Parts: sequence; structure tokens; C-alpha cells
Amino acid sequence: MSPTSIFAPLSTPAESIFELSILVLAIAAAIFVVVAALLVYSLVKFRRKRNDDGREPAQVYGSLQVELAWTITPVIIVLVLFLASARVVFAVQDAPRTKDSLEVTVVGHQFWWEYRYPGLKVVTANELHVPVGMRTFLNLLSADTDHSFWVPRLAGKTDLIPNHPNRMWIEPQETGLYLGQCAQYCGTQHAKMLLRVYVDSREDFDRWARQQAAAARDDGRVAEGRRMFEQTACINCHTVSGTAANGRFGPDLTHLMSRGTLGAGVASNTPENLRAWIRRPDDFKPGSLMPPMGLSESQLDAVTAYLSTLQ
Amino acid sequence: MATTDVGWIDAGTRPRPLVDRLHEWVTTVDHKRLGLLYVGYGLLFLVIGGIEATILRLQLVRPHNGFVSPQVFNQMFTMHGTTMIFFVAMPIVFGFANYLVPLMIGARDMAFPRLNAFSFWLTAFSGLFLYFSFVGGFGLYGAGTAPDVGWFAYAPLTAKTFSPGHSTDYWTLALLVSGFGSIGTAINIIATILSMRCPGMTLGKMPLLVWLNLVMAGLVILAVSPLTAAQIMLLVDRYLGGHFFDTQAGGSAVLWMHFFWVFGHPEVYVLVLPAFAFASEIIPVFSRKAMFGYPVMVAATVAIGFISMSVWAHHMFTVGMTAAGNTFFVLTTMAIAVPTGIKIFNWLATMWGGKIYFKAPMLFCIAFLFQFLVAGLTGVMMSSAPFDWQLGNSYFVVAHFHYVIVGGILFCIFAAFYYWYPKVTGRMYSETLAKAHFWLFVIGFHLTFDSMHVPGLLGMPRRIYTYEPGRGWDTWHLVTTIGVAFQAAGVLAFVFNLVRSYVRGRPAGSDPWDAWTLEWSTTSPPPEYNYASVPVVKSRRPLWDLKHPEDPDWKYE
Repeated sequence: MSPTSIFAPLSTPAESIFELSILVLAIAAAIFVVVAALLVYSLVKFRRKRNDDGREPAQVYGSLQVELAWTITPVIIVLVLFLASARVVFAVQDAPRTKDSLEVTVVGHQFWWEYRYPGLKVVTANELHVPVGMRTFLNLLSADTDHSFWVPRLAGKTDLIPNHPNRMWIEPQETGLYLGQCAQYCGTQHAKMLLRVYVDSREDFDRWARQQAAAARDDGRVAEGRRMFEQTACINCHTVSGTAANGRFGPDLTHLMSRGTLGAGVASNTPENLRAWIRRPDDFKPGSLMPPMGLSESQLDAVTAYLSTLQ
Repeated sequence: MATTDVGWIDAGTRPRPLVDRLHEWVTTVDHKRLGLLYVGYGLLFLVIGGIEATILRLQLVRPHNGFVSPQVFNQMFTMHGTTMIFFVAMPIVFGFANYLVPLMIGARDMAFPRLNAFSFWLTAFSGLFLYFSFVGGFGLYGAGTAPDVGWFAYAPLTAKTFSPGHSTDYWTLALLVSGFGSIGTAINIIATILSMRCPGMTLGKMPLLVWLNLVMAGLVILAVSPLTAAQIMLLVDRYLGGHFFDTQAGGSAVLWMHFFWVFGHPEVYVLVLPAFAFASEIIPVFSRKAMFGYPVMVAATVAIGFISMSVWAHHMFTVGMTAAGNTFFVLTTMAIAVPTGIKIFNWLATMWGGKIYFKAPMLFCIAFLFQFLVAGLTGVMMSSAPFDWQLGNSYFVVAHFHYVIVGGILFCIFAAFYYWYPKVTGRMYSETLAKAHFWLFVIGFHLTFDSMHVPGLLGMPRRIYTYEPGRGWDTWHLVTTIGVAFQAAGVLAFVFNLVRSYVRGRPAGSDPWDAWTLEWSTTSPPPEYNYASVPVVKSRRPLWDLKHPEDPDWKYE
């Protein structure tokens, strides 16, 4: 089973679309069968026979009744499809916010995702956490070019366009990890701008949010690595709360180690991968906007050790 | 060359030097030569665009493949799309219109022969200019400075911030210049049809091909003009400090989308109406019956022309329009299925009760009918906005529009090549090679484009240079890529057939298909002046009247 199939919805908007799509598919299939059968029949029945007498067949120039019949039938089919579609358009687009619904601001960047939870004072990147069984509204913004948020099992896609705030919502019914990726060409690494949405139970989500809202851990054993981090260009792009690092061009690293992957889903978040990523991000993601930092081996070790403590 | 040598050149004189003959082609204002130049130019770029497609397919044959870098992949899909639309499909369609329209209306040339030549050379130079981008930058290795913004070049990727250097300028200027060429040719086609028809040929007695090209040319003027305007606005943004599309200075990315698709969707009909035109000439002749419901076919064509101007934002269901806005474009888009359906039914009714000859032109038209039916139905699926929220910008869309452009338009173009080849060259093509071409291409087409639908349904977006394993996409991509080999072999058979038959084919005579429209009444190839005396027609099928004086068409029309 594909983890990104549009035919395995587990969230309200995706389910409404799925039900509509089955109706549309059924009508399209029926039309195909009827018209294709007529075509095949006429090709077989009216092919030139071997013993053809060479005379021209009877010339028929048209028939108003027949033309009317095959004009009115498609009109009726189109009306049915239109009404069914319009119902779902309004149901999904005009869904009301409820009092307890969660609000998340999603900011698309070349080539990663920034998530801000204004009510919970949480800022994170690339891995979205939402609670199960309730509506989460996503306010979609872009920091640079067009992007599109598409997790097929949760909802249809909606674009993130600079100067053009958009909104979508999901209402997942089962906990688990849902995959997707950017669906609007946004530059060199459009392909590796992957989406991971964790749907947590209510308790897990609250625990996660509390932990994310806390300040970064300050471990004296990696003071060397922290100094290295704060003295290089890292802090121009990254934030680690409670430190001098407050850049916003790259992902927030305050709780980097709570995430399962690096580089918007391109590699699992292990110390080896982290070290290799810092050395040369292009090895994982050619065209990534993070430059190779030119650190020595010992500096790499120190920075990796520091980042590894950011639980 | 021809069986009967008609023309200015005395048969006795020795052949003129090559330079003279080339010079004649460069300075020609003859509609037939310009038509051939257009078509030849389109075929050349078809091969180039095909090579680009092959590079894309080799890269995607398996997950995490490293055949080309992401930068080169992005340049390849940009160049593939731009080339196939602007430098293959448009020139071939214009080439056929140029060649056939004056012949079919009994005229001796287009209304503005020099505008015709000017338009062709504009298109020709803009294509060369676009491809010059490969030589810039670091040269061919690393694909030079070829544009990498995608064929619809969404803002703000085209802004100076995100696209420094000149790669986007190559794209913009090439489309700007070729746009002027397209508008020139469209004006010419309209003027020719409206003012150069032979005596007796009222609008209601024009061959369907002429009607469809008239509507096509009208659409070109309405659709290409906004694209040209948008290119100028983009240039103003990039070089004169404008902020139309520059979002970092408050410009609007959505504005570009509207400009582009108000061109982009009618453009589909600009390409498909001439394909319908070929089918509407070929299917009756090879079924030996008059076109069923001619007035309805004309009405459906005009309806398609009008409705196609009001459907553009169905490319934008995911950009956050209001529910009411989305619903409007659902309705207009679905409405266009009605006149299109009428056309399919009328072709079917034309075959009904006929005697169908399965020659190569007819085979391609039959495959077109089935494939266009499927393409139309996947189009209806995506016109349902909610369904499009899942399918839009996915591989399903890529499969859908290739079904339209290859399965519909290119199949009809191949049919037209075989149907009019004897008229243009005076020689018959090889039916065996043509059938080999047909079967190879049908197999290759279905391997490639049937399987391409599935990754889209399984969540694969378009324009990604690589993908993760384990999502159920791998096998489909393997099959898709295998199909390319069959299609390439088919095209090889096609080109070989064209070249070989030009030298070896048996003389065709003026009317090898026992057809009914005017072009078959003159010699093959037609003399420079087309007709020694201006023909006079009484019905839509003047040659039928001639061949069946006891039961002419004009009694029934």
C-alpha cells in the first residue's frame, strides 16, 4: 500500500474528496464503456468487406433528432457532476473554525517547512505535529517562491504563495505518520521538500507541545561546541532559543533532536548524518541553500556534539 | 520530382546550383513552401524535444537515480515543455494551415504572402535564440544557461532574486518574438479565409478543416496577445524596476498565473482544433461517407472557441480562490465537454454505415478517437475542483495532457502527414512502414502514458527530479520509460518512410484517396499557382459532385 495514495483517506476533507471522486470515476468509466463499445462495434461492423462491390455507401448528411439526443444527454451528466462538485467545494472551503480548533502557521521556504503554533508558543520545522480527532487549520504563507502543501491522505493540496495568505484544514481520525511533499515547483530542490505530519493522541500532543515550548537545554559538557556554533555563521540563519542564535532563514534548531529526519525529510536524524550534513549539505541535497561551513574535523565533532544535546 | 512537370522551369534546362535553390527557399513567399518550412522546422524540434523527454525518463527510471543533476533535470523539463508547445506543435499546425487552407478554398496564395514569410522567420529565429541558451554559461556541459523555471514560469521564480543571470531572459524573449510570429500568421489565416474563397464557396460550404482553422486563428489572437503582454511586463520587472510579479516588492504571483493561463488554456484548443480538422477530413474519406452533421460540427467548434476563453482558472483550483470562483470554473470547464462530446459522436456517426478502409491515416484517426475519449474523461475528472485538489500538479495531470497532446494531437498530425504526403510530394509513402510506425507508436504511447497516471494517484507531484522508494511509484516509472523506446522506434520508421518514399515511392497521381475536397483536383505536387483556372464549387464536396453527376451533394445541402 502506498503511504501517499489519494484513495486511502483518513481525514475529513480527504474523505469528502474521495467520495466525490468515486462518483466521478464511475460516471467517467460508464461513458468510456458505452462510447468505446460503439466505436468498436462500428469499426467491426462497417469495415470494408473483402468481397466489396466498390460502390459508395448511402450518403447520410445528419439528423437533427440524433444530434439533439447526444447534446442533451451530456448536458444532464454535466449538471449532475457540477452539483456534486459544488457541494464538496463549499463544504470544504467554508468549513467553520470551532472554538477548540488548533491554528498552525505554515511558512514555505526553499526547500523546507516552518511551523509556528501561535497559541502554544511553539516554533518547529519540517515535522508537523497535530492532535487526532479535531480540526487543525493551517495558515499558509511563503517566504520566497510558490510552494504547495500536499499530504494526500489528510487533504487536497493548497498553494503557499508570497503576498497571498491561504488557508486549509485537516481533521485526522487515526494517529500515525502521514507523508507528502511540496507540490508546486519551487526551485532546484523542489523534489526534496518532503512533508511529514505526525498525528498524535491528545496526551502525546500536549506533552510534545510542552516540550517544544521549553527553552533549549544547556549542557555544560558541550560548551565547546556551543561556543563554536555561536561564533560561526550558523546563528545568522538558525535559532536556538535562549542563545545568541536567532536567525530565521533556516529551520529552528531549539529541539532539533526531537525530529526524526534532517533536511526536510532527506535523511534520518542520526549523529553521523548530522555531521555529514553540516560538512556538506549538497551531498544529501544538491542546491540546498545551506552552504558548507568549512569546519575542521574537530570543530565538526564539537558542533555535532552540541546539536545532539538539543532534545 | 512530379509526374507532370508544371511550372516556370523549362524541362530542358539543367538543374540550378544548390545555392540558388536554397536562396529560393529562404526568400520564398509561396504558402506551400512556407508551410513546408514550418512543418520541417517543427519536426526538427520534435526530435530535440524528444531527446529532452528521454533524458527526463532515464533520470526517473528508478528512485534516487543519478543520471542528471537536479539543475539539469529542471532545465530539461522547462525546455521540453517550451519546445514542444511553441516550437513543435504550433509550427506544425501553422504549417499545415498554410499549406492546405489556400488549396482547399481554391486560392492561389495566402492573403499576405510577405507577412507569412515574416511570421515564419520570427518563429524560426526565436527557437534558435532559445536554444542558444545552451551555449551560454558553462556551455553544454551542465546545460549552459538554459531556463529552469518550468514552461509556465510561475512568479516569483522568474524574478531577478530567484533567477539571476539571463536564463529567464532567453525564455521570455523567445516567447515574445515567437508570439509576434503566431499573431501574424493568425491574422493571415483569418484574412485568407474571409476574403480569398473561390466562387460558390460560402462560409457554409467551406471544408471543415477551413472552419476549424478559422476558429483556431481567432483563438491565437485572443490567447497569444495576453501572453505577449505578460512577457513585456516580466521584462519591465526584471530590467526597469517594475513590480507586476515581483512579490518581494509587493507584486502579485497570482496575477502571472491569470495572465499565463488565459493564454495557456485556449492554447490547448489552438492545438487541438487543427487536430480535429485533420480527423474531420480523413474520417469521412476513409469511411466513404459525407461528414455527419456538418452544421453541428461547425457550431460545436465555435462553441468550443467561446467557452475555451472562460475556463483558464481551472489550472488554479489550488491557489486559494473563493468557493464561488472555483465553482464558476468547474461549470465552464465541464460545459466544454458537451461540444467536444458532440464532435466525437459525429465522427462515430460518420463511420456508421460506411465502408471503412484501414489505411495508415485512418488508423491514426481511430487511435485518436479512443485516446481522445480517455483524455476528455480524465479532463472531466480534474474539472471537478475537489478532485483536482488531489490530482492537480501531480503526475496524473502530466499523463492527462500528454494524452491530449500526444494521444490526440500528435496522432492526428501523423494521420495528416500520411494523408497529404502524396499531394505534397507526388509520391506514395510505404504503407508497410506506416503501419509499423502506427503499431510501435500505439504500444509505446500506452506503455508510457497509461502507466504515468498511476504515480499521480499515489501522491507523486510533477517536476521532481527524484523520488523516495516505497511509495508504489517505482514499477510504473520503469514501464513509462520502457515505452519511450517503442515511441522512438516508431518515429524512426516515420522519418525513414518520409525520406525513402520521397525518392522511391511510386507516383501518386493527383487524387490517390478518391477524395472530395479541392486540393485533390490539382496536380501532386501542386504548381506554384495552385490552380490554372479558379475553381467554382456548388457544395462542400466539389469533387464528389464531379464524380457523381447523377447524385450531387448540392441537392441535399
